[in-house]
Amino acid sequence: MAGTAVRGRLTWLTATVGSIVDETAKVRTLSLEVPDWAGHRAGQHLDIRLTAEDGYQAERAYSIATAPGEPVAITVERLDDGEVSPYLTEELRPGDQIEVRGPVGGYFVWDPVDGGPLMLLAGGSGIVPLRAILRHRAREESPVPVRLLYSSRSWSEVIYRAELDQHAPGVAVIHTLTREQPAGWTGYARRVDQPMLAEVAWSAAQAPLAYVCGPTSFVETVAAGLVALGYSPGRVKTERFGATGS
Amino acid sequence: MEPLEDRVLDGNAIGGMLLEVFGTEMTTATGACGSCGTVGQVAELAVYRPGLGTVVRCRHCDNVLMVFVQVSGVTCVDLRGLASLT
Amino acid sequence: MSPISRGFHRRHGEEAAEGRVPPGQYVTHDFPVLSAGPTPHTPLANWTFSIEGGDGAKSWTWQEFQALPAETVTVDIHCVTRWSKLDTTWMGVSLDVLFGAVSNDLPYALAFCDGGYTTNVPVADLTGGKAWVAYSYDGGPLAAEHGGPARLLVPHLYFWKSAKWVRGLRLRDTDEPGFWEMYGYNMYGDPWREQRYAGD
Repeated sequence: MAGTAVRGRLTWLTATVGSIVDETAKVRTLSLEVPDWAGHRAGQHLDIRLTAEDGYQAERAYSIATAPGEPVAITVERLDDGEVSPYLTEELRPGDQIEVRGPVGGYFVWDPVDGGPLMLLAGGSGIVPLRAILRHRAREESPVPVRLLYSSRSWSEVIYRAELDQHAPGVAVIHTLTREQPAGWTGYARRVDQPMLAEVAWSAAQAPLAYVCGPTSFVETVAAGLVALGYSPGRVKTERFGATGS
Repeated sequence: MEPLEDRVLDGNAIGGMLLEVFGTEMTTATGACGSCGTVGQVAELAVYRPGLGTVVRCRHCDNVLMVFVQVSGVTCVDLRGLASLT
Repeated sequence: MSPISRGFHRRHGEEAAEGRVPPGQYVTHDFPVLSAGPTPHTPLANWTFSIEGGDGAKSWTWQEFQALPAETVTVDIHCVTRWSKLDTTWMGVSLDVLFGAVSNDLPYALAFCDGGYTTNVPVADLTGGKAWVAYSYDGGPLAAEHGGPARLLVPHLYFWKSAKWVRGLRLRDTDEPGFWEMYGYNMYGDPWREQRYAGD
């Protein structure tokens, strides 16, 4: 890798907050203007660093919510006992500055050349890098078929709901709502389990490529479940998030 | 606080720190456990971050593979638990 | 120089009575669980606590340990990650009782634990009513995630010294660093002198 490119990714850059979109009551997307941004791949994340007046610094990692070529954005879920997420989701305003480093990650990434069929499985805010993958696929007009199984606590907590509802060609979105369902709901209403995976996932015979992202307990259950269905472990990529609200 | 098992992460979470320490993308690097020999990508290793430092363990035998402690801008790195990292 | 993030500040705790909270700490009502590894689950039938080294090696089974005189203490605890928790109540066996059963003149101890964790504490800081092997917290059995069945409790030092899943002490004549001490944490760890890292 060229020395300059590595140096760029290693350096903390000062980003300016652009637009802010509230995705749900607790989740907000922040667009960031990052001068000298090196570009990113779908599924990568960036690190952010905040500095308080007394010099105290806090760093966190957030998945990039947008596709390569789109402006950089992160989607942050507010954790009630968090130190950084309440600041990012409640205090930060357009024009404010934060430091970012990245993009980071060469494992949990997808490009059309990686093929499919794609099996995407999201728990709560684990949807963020998977949405970047979906957008990248759409922008590249990739014919790779996709199934997304997305677990959320309730309909009001589904992130990017309207966008996912758009029924993009070749993309099937299956929701499961684990805690509360709207009146008339006929979809799944429980945590992802083996029978659900057997019904929803591409068959192993199709040699699917799976990306599983969310809280660790979700990822462990789902990844093991896919392998139990015959998925090749090398084609089940996992990214465990820390605390999420799911 | 979230359930204890949800607090264990994987190598993806420390990609930025590894980039800083090694100067290159490391989540796709392959580590071999010095205790049980299990080979896996760094992205898939078990990562514990108790606030005092970062402890990376083999998923198969829990052997400590890497420890990172950052004090005053200096990162102490211990890779003794790895048989190899390529 | 990093730009200041407008309005960002470190986590705050509530105000506490003067002198209760060491410098740089905030008070929490949670009991954060911080672990460097998976929670061990040693069956009580296999559990022993040992004091090794020196003249009098001694080991107690769980049953023998439960038969020892125990005390209930209420103490403040201070984690190097800056949270402090006041008025925590524990029940356990004082290290004075345990050291009373061995003949020892070695000045240092290395606590060792299920899962491989170690931490070093001078014997003088384990005796004189300063430390316990605790098996009950807040009126109930000590939860595995908090170090159960038993953990070391040394409240006058930073809480990384209160080793979870403790199984014994190795007595030595020199002070050897334990797990975190090897990576730059302070060999002693007095929260009142803010001895977080080596050289503090």
